[in-house]
Amino acid sequence: MPEWVDGKTILFAMLAGLAGATAIGVVAFGNAVRSALCLVLNFFTLALLYFTLDAEMLGVTQVIVYTGAIMVLFLFVIMLLNLGSPAALEERPDYIKKALGFMFGGALFGVVASQVVRPFIETKQVFAPDNYGAPQGMGKALFTTYVWPFEMASILLVIGIVGSILLAKRRV
Amino acid sequence: MESSVPLGGYLAVGLMMFIVGVVGVVIRRNPIVIFMCIELMLNAVNLTLLAFAKYGPIVKGADPTQTAMAGQMMVIFVMAVAAAEVAVGLGIIMAIYRLRHTIDVDEMSVMRG
Amino acid sequence: MRHMDRLKYFEPWLIAHPAGAALIRVLFFVVPILLIVPMLIWWERRLLSWMQDRIGPNRVATITFKSGKKLRMFGLLQAIMDGIKLAFKEDITPTAVDRLIYFLAPGLALFPAFAIGATLPWGPQEGICRLLTPVANVEIGVLFVMAISSLGVYGIVLAGYASNNKYSLMGGLRSSAQLISYELAMGMALASVVLATGSLKMTEMLEFQAEPLWGVQKFFGIDNPIQNWLVFTPFGFIAAVIFAICVVAETNRTPFDLPEAENELIAGYHTEYSSMKFAVFFMGEYAAMFVFSGVFATIFLGGYNIAPIRALEPFSGLPYIAPMVFLGKCAFGITVFIWMRATLPRLRYDQLMSLGWRSLLPLAVANFIGVGIWVIGTNQGGQVDPWAGLGAWFIAFAIFFGLYMAIKQTGKERLGTALDKRTIELVSGNPANAIAFAKPDKVEVAVEA
Repeated sequence: MPEWVDGKTILFAMLAGLAGATAIGVVAFGNAVRSALCLVLNFFTLALLYFTLDAEMLGVTQVIVYTGAIMVLFLFVIMLLNLGSPAALEERPDYIKKALGFMFGGALFGVVASQVVRPFIETKQVFAPDNYGAPQGMGKALFTTYVWPFEMASILLVIGIVGSILLAKRRV
Repeated sequence: MESSVPLGGYLAVGLMMFIVGVVGVVIRRNPIVIFMCIELMLNAVNLTLLAFAKYGPIVKGADPTQTAMAGQMMVIFVMAVAAAEVAVGLGIIMAIYRLRHTIDVDEMSVMRG
Repeated sequence: MRHMDRLKYFEPWLIAHPAGAALIRVLFFVVPILLIVPMLIWWERRLLSWMQDRIGPNRVATITFKSGKKLRMFGLLQAIMDGIKLAFKEDITPTAVDRLIYFLAPGLALFPAFAIGATLPWGPQEGICRLLTPVANVEIGVLFVMAISSLGVYGIVLAGYASNNKYSLMGGLRSSAQLISYELAMGMALASVVLATGSLKMTEMLEFQAEPLWGVQKFFGIDNPIQNWLVFTPFGFIAAVIFAICVVAETNRTPFDLPEAENELIAGYHTEYSSMKFAVFFMGEYAAMFVFSGVFATIFLGGYNIAPIRALEPFSGLPYIAPMVFLGKCAFGITVFIWMRATLPRLRYDQLMSLGWRSLLPLAVANFIGVGIWVIGTNQGGQVDPWAGLGAWFIAFAIFFGLYMAIKQTGKERLGTALDKRTIELVSGNPANAIAFAKPDKVEVAVEA
């Protein structure tokens, strides 16, 4: 066994494999509910990856926001459409689009992998302090240095709520 | 301090997810799945940001605590924006469905003239 | 080293390795829950029958001796017999289901209860109890509860989708809308508690609750004899009420059991499930009830402390008493669940949404602001004036009462108009009814009311 194989790398490899497989599943499954399920699993795996990066707070936030709220909303809409007319969710295959998509994706992968990822492939030095992901520190930062963007985000969320209510209402 | 997992590993996972998302947006025609692919891309970026937060600073002389926090804050804001985006986006999809009884993106060509 | 004192306790009889200790902790937590669930079902059926003036299951576990004498055990084994029956029933899988998801859903419904229960401390963090409980003393305790409880919806939604049945799908849809709505209020209630205690950890919340009430050391000249259970603090009380309502909604119990409303949706999301798969759903619901009662007891009712009296603290530290007290509090919570089921009728869908969004959420946000003011007010001098505490109680109670009245009034108005309309339509629209109610002045009364 090579010396770089230890608990952490094995865990990372498993999570990374799961994340990649579920990401492909999102695109590959024809059934929208299965795609959504793959995405749920993917987000959950990402939360675990955040835990391996010591960002506990964000890992939990990921579960609450993405798997707990956003994906439930997705499933809700898919099922609502399914209840109305199941045929609305079916797709016709389009091979030209597929070929173009794969070519574009491959090219983008080549560029980013060679130019951005390669320089960091050996970087193992950790600079962040030990408990940088703890909720206390994040709260402090959020309400001091980042208070302005925080308020902006809250305004954005309010606008989002108002907008979605307007959209969902049948008669304005 | 050294971690046994290299930064490149996390970046590779992020890149992989991002590319899958891009390909999905191009090849799928169901707007809900396209939307999911966009979420996938956002999350890929989040993972990259957090990886850099832990393994940074790459810039010489930057404060490591500040850099680590900056990365996490970016992730928080991305999550907030994504939540708002999903609420509005799914509302739009439902509105279109109510209007036209189809949600295939290729059939939405009213604006083409 | 923490590891060393683990060794000390485990040396005589068990594995010293941390993995072994973890296994023991998991067993000590999972096995009791699995054993408690049948007891819970028995308790629910007996209590309901008692409240509804029936007899209920009382036959199973009656021993007849040769002399003809009978030893009755109140039908204690009924639930176990039901379990055996369910296990041996034919397991029907409808042909049109989405098989993978259909099989996955019951497991997903069971998982959150166990995952949340893992964070609950059944005893003080010293001596033998520290080894056995909690399974995982997570740093982000309350957030963890939030995160996992938000996953509880998947089991139901996916069961509804996979069954390929419109009624099941509607049940799943209702459940997802309900859980998203009530999670917000629940999160705000828990956030106000976190703001008051200053910690997310379950064990630290218990430490906070063991302190003197409101942080007042001397209460009108005498030492404060009462523990600071959060349900006794003004804003903790409101948070507790909101949290309790949201928990009922999260576990899909009556009055919030719209996902399985039997007179509208057959059995909702588990219509197509039979035999063991149905039993797993059933078990998930009861385990969730038990675990959420545990969360409520830990956060608001002082966990394993016997009574809110500080002099009794040494007794609640005993390793044999603490888990029993905790179990007793859980039993209390479950009894309230059953009591609610016996008392309250199911909400209409619009009532459910308006209660969640228009009443509980604003109340929880107002409460959150109140806690902020309370914390600032008390941290200035380091101590709370007893009068300030009492005053805060009155203010909180006034706000709470006002909001309660407002909610009650709006509910009455809406329900009233709806009922009136229905009466008019029934009486005037159907000739058969017109003959039956052939008294025009009665109709007038109904319109006016």
